[in-house]
Amino acid sequence: MEKFTTLSAIAAALPEANIDTDKIIPARFLKTTQRTGLGKNAFDAMRYLPDGKENPDFVLNKEPWRKAEILITYDNLGCGSSREHAPWALLDFGIRCVIAPSFADIFFNNCFKNGILPIRLPREICDQLMADASMGSNARLTVDLPRQVIVRPDGQEVPFEIDPFRKHLLLEGLDDIGQTLQHETNIEGYENRENREKPWMPSIHID
Amino acid sequence: MGPRTLFDKIWDDHVVETLPDGTSILYIDRHLVHEVTSPQAFEGLRLAGRKLRHPEKTVAVVDHNVPTSDRTQPIEEADSRNQIETLERNVKEFGVPYFPLLSANQGIVHVVGPEQGISLPGMTIVCGDSHTSTHGALGALAFGIGTSEVEHVMATQTILQRPAKNMRVTVDGTLGAGVSAKDIMLAIIGHIGTAGGTGHVIEFAGSAIRGLDMAGRMTLCNMAIEAGARAGMVAPDETTFEYVRGRPFAPKGEEFDKAVAYWKTLASDEGAHFDKEVTLRAEDISPSLTWGTSPETVLPITATVPNPADEADEAKRTQMQRMLDYMGLEAGQKIAGTPVDVVFIGSCTNSRIEDLRAAAQIAAGRKVAEGVRAMIVPGSGNVKRQAEEEGLDQIFLDAGFEWREAGCSMCLGMNPDRLTPGQRCASTSNRNFEGRQGPGGRTHLLSPAMAAAAAVTGCLTDVRELA
Ligand code: SF4
Repeated sequence: MEKFTTLSAIAAALPEANIDTDKIIPARFLKTTQRTGLGKNAFDAMRYLPDGKENPDFVLNKEPWRKAEILITYDNLGCGSSREHAPWALLDFGIRCVIAPSFADIFFNNCFKNGILPIRLPREICDQLMADASMGSNARLTVDLPRQVIVRPDGQEVPFEIDPFRKHLLLEGLDDIGQTLQHETNIEGYENRENREKPWMPSIHID
Repeated sequence: MGPRTLFDKIWDDHVVETLPDGTSILYIDRHLVHEVTSPQAFEGLRLAGRKLRHPEKTVAVVDHNVPTSDRTQPIEEADSRNQIETLERNVKEFGVPYFPLLSANQGIVHVVGPEQGISLPGMTIVCGDSHTSTHGALGALAFGIGTSEVEHVMATQTILQRPAKNMRVTVDGTLGAGVSAKDIMLAIIGHIGTAGGTGHVIEFAGSAIRGLDMAGRMTLCNMAIEAGARAGMVAPDETTFEYVRGRPFAPKGEEFDKAVAYWKTLASDEGAHFDKEVTLRAEDISPSLTWGTSPETVLPITATVPNPADEADEAKRTQMQRMLDYMGLEAGQKIAGTPVDVVFIGSCTNSRIEDLRAAAQIAAGRKVAEGVRAMIVPGSGNVKRQAEEEGLDQIFLDAGFEWREAGCSMCLGMNPDRLTPGQRCASTSNRNFEGRQGPGGRTHLLSPAMAAAAAVTGCLTDVRELA
């Protein structure tokens, strides 16, 4: 997983509440065998017209937001089905940070698992950041995770909260696996004991 | 340490470490992999430059998507073919032991594991599939996991878990004629509901459970998930040891004796604490089936379809009416005698040799009713071969059943075996949700003998009338 330290990037405003995971990535794209490549269908229903062409009015189809790495929305982002394809699709599009007044639980957790930083901020502040975002390429937001602040284009700093343990995992680029592997000596210890105490435990080899 | 349950003992024995927040790193002895939930996990490993920590503790099979007709032909459906081919590439790249489609040992992962001695008592067993609970019949702790957990187990051979609560379901007494493990489990789910086991691991106990063979115990544990439980288990006993002895991957000779000595220590201690206890009498259980689109809508075959008007709770009343409409049933009608279009005998719940024998006993010398499509899908290539050695295939074919290759098949309709809208199916599988066996399909869950009875009479039938 990529480390998350400081992200200075274009932000896109999507001023909607209850953007569910089906909007983020519709169910018909779940038959895939890959977690990469879902970016082109992120927000599929909003992004493309019925004839398959890009919807020119949708923010992520416009310059400079085609390259947005930060997404700002209203309440309850990521509600609906628990599919992990939603953060996969965002990440594949290039989004590394999502900002909203509130998030659905599973989606919030799944973001961390995939190296995306979800930030909860009050609605008024989201409105201010959305205004910044609409200024386009002159208006980069800087998300400074070590200092836990968002630096606005005018230099003003907006502080945010994050669980210290999750902050550590993002800063180090540790996913659950990376975290567990920090306990590898204990896993090895367990394996040595199991080999001793249960020597009959079969290994599987199939020619 | 005070008295402990079967679950407590296996849990304690596999905790590598408990983290400050109460989550444990739990060691996994056996990881079973299939084509639907593994591709993104393998991809995750590849992207992170990781390997499987223990490929030799892992086994892969194809089951969910595979055609159950002629296998020498290429697979027609592109999505299915892609998932199968992706698995084949992945097992090669990562060195995972694999039973390919054309192997005699191929079959449904939850049939293959116990049958090969890959799943054993006392093990922790996971698979990216909710019906992994099946393996708990051996006296193992077995549960389903999500795709990111599949990747976690591949990379670390452990999983992050919090302990479940203990629940015991005791069934004492003697089963009546025509009553099988499936009927016991349907009765249990009907009794405790689909949320009755939430947050718990269910241990099945009592004389009626002790009296079941391993196939029956697997049927029970398989559907523990439908009762909302995290897993189901039966304490290992002589029946278990006799089942395991001589299986291809099971320990042999002195090793086997050592293993048995350990397995014997696993049964719940006298006085162990259960957070929840439920007791049923075997004599009260009849041949049963579901009438609605939730596994808890269970009725004895002799009963009538319930009337929503009798339900006080408004939300439940509406839901019942919706189920009746979907199922094309009238409140108050006798469930027996309802005509069926399709009969499906198979799935990880009921596709073992014992299940096929029970169905063959009813089918023998009879004919599938006019207009009914009846199919038998053995749980594995081995089950199929054994059934053929016993002549069961001939009994089924003579009666007009289709005799197919092993796989999940119509249990979930991912391969071409699907119901069409409005078709009514007597099915030995485990889920009767709307559209599960095909869009608009109507599923009645029941035992293999009851399914065979429906096939030969053309309607839902009390199997005792045919005995
Ligand atoms: S038989 Fe059905 S329930 Fe069992 S693993 Fe296959 S699809 Fe799942």
